[in-house]
Amino acid sequence: MSKYLLNKFLFMVDRDPELVERYRSEPRELVAWWEAECANTVLNCHTGEASTWLRFDDVEREALATHDHVKLFELGAHPFLTLTLFIALFERDNTEPLEYQKSFGARLAHFSMPYPDIAT
Amino acid sequence: MASIVAVIASTHHPFYYRASTATGEDRPPFADEWTRKILAFRETLTRARPDVLVMVGSDHFHQLWLDNMPQFLVGKAPHYDANWYNEEREFGLPRMLLTGQEDLSGHILRAGLDAGFDLAFSNELRIDHSITCPIITLRPEADLPIVPIYTNIFAPPLPQPKRFVQLGQSIRDIVESWPSHLRVAVIGTGHLSLELGGPRQFGPHGPDPEFDQRAVEWIANGDLDECLREVTLDSLHSPGNATHGFMDFMLMMGVAGAGVKADYVDTLDLFHTMEAYFTWYPNGAPS
Repeated sequence: MSKYLLNKFLFMVDRDPELVERYRSEPRELVAWWEAECANTVLNCHTGEASTWLRFDDVEREALATHDHVKLFELGAHPFLTLTLFIALFERDNTEPLEYQKSFGARLAHFSMPYPDIAT
Repeated sequence: MASIVAVIASTHHPFYYRASTATGEDRPPFADEWTRKILAFRETLTRARPDVLVMVGSDHFHQLWLDNMPQFLVGKAPHYDANWYNEEREFGLPRMLLTGQEDLSGHILRAGLDAGFDLAFSNELRIDHSITCPIITLRPEADLPIVPIYTNIFAPPLPQPKRFVQLGQSIRDIVESWPSHLRVAVIGTGHLSLELGGPRQFGPHGPDPEFDQRAVEWIANGDLDECLREVTLDSLHSPGNATHGFMDFMLMMGVAGAGVKADYVDTLDLFHTMEAYFTWYPNGAPS
């Protein structure tokens, strides 16, 4: 399991309008492309610098590919990152203010304290 | 030596800009009251006639990331671009350009290191809404030079609460030892109880109104002893999963001083969080 890599995916996609749209429309394809092309990019280094070892496990990959924010919460992805990106994906479908944000919380109602550990 | 003419602590609600500028059907019902409270709060800074703003906030995984995460970081740059694409997208925040006060940044870094804080620094820092929100609320002209100080309240492992208090106490001493005639305001933003990305988010009030009430009393009375007795890294999970931002309020209590009551206190109970506004005048309230 790589909480860091889950967070890195959420972080990088959330910062890029084009990736946000690709993740909304073709999540499975976007996750596969990102893992192959971006996961090992060493941030803040010159282009071409990369690590070699970062991979999702099957559960993580499937959670991202199915927009399963409940599973991401259970896996310990940073909730601020997940929320921010998922608002970008789905708030536009709201029919009333904060509709998506409230339903996002409601789907997590079965979690009680302590929440899954978010330390990476 | 420089003088600290105001110490200000508040929440930083990113929806204020959009709510306060909205018109017609888009204007939420709470916007007018919120705006009135902000205008009164703004006056507490204006009256102090500051020349420089030291701004304490927390990056929200915009500039700072898990590949290279500082606990406390001081910006030292001539200018700071501000706000990010995803803040523009989600909150409607404008892009901004703020001027830096590099001499004070350098002084805080040198004296802070000498005081035992291993401060990180950045010569190219793009700042986010924890610092731009208090600019928008307190100094919308954005005409004063700033020194941004970022804290990690976001990415475990976090510093202990007492460390935030100690840093605040040191910032007070360090700014007052700056060889300058300028008038400095120290402004910091944090959270009361808050949940983001969890089951208790976006309720009609903050997730823990009882914590909010106690927290406001601690801050208003400068009750650092009781606050430090009750607040731990573990206990801060209970009022909401984003409540560790309260440690930035504790830092500002350190700047204001133990036992020093705030000269100005106001709150606003909003959906999903309680807004809170505090001002201290270390040299007495300006006329």
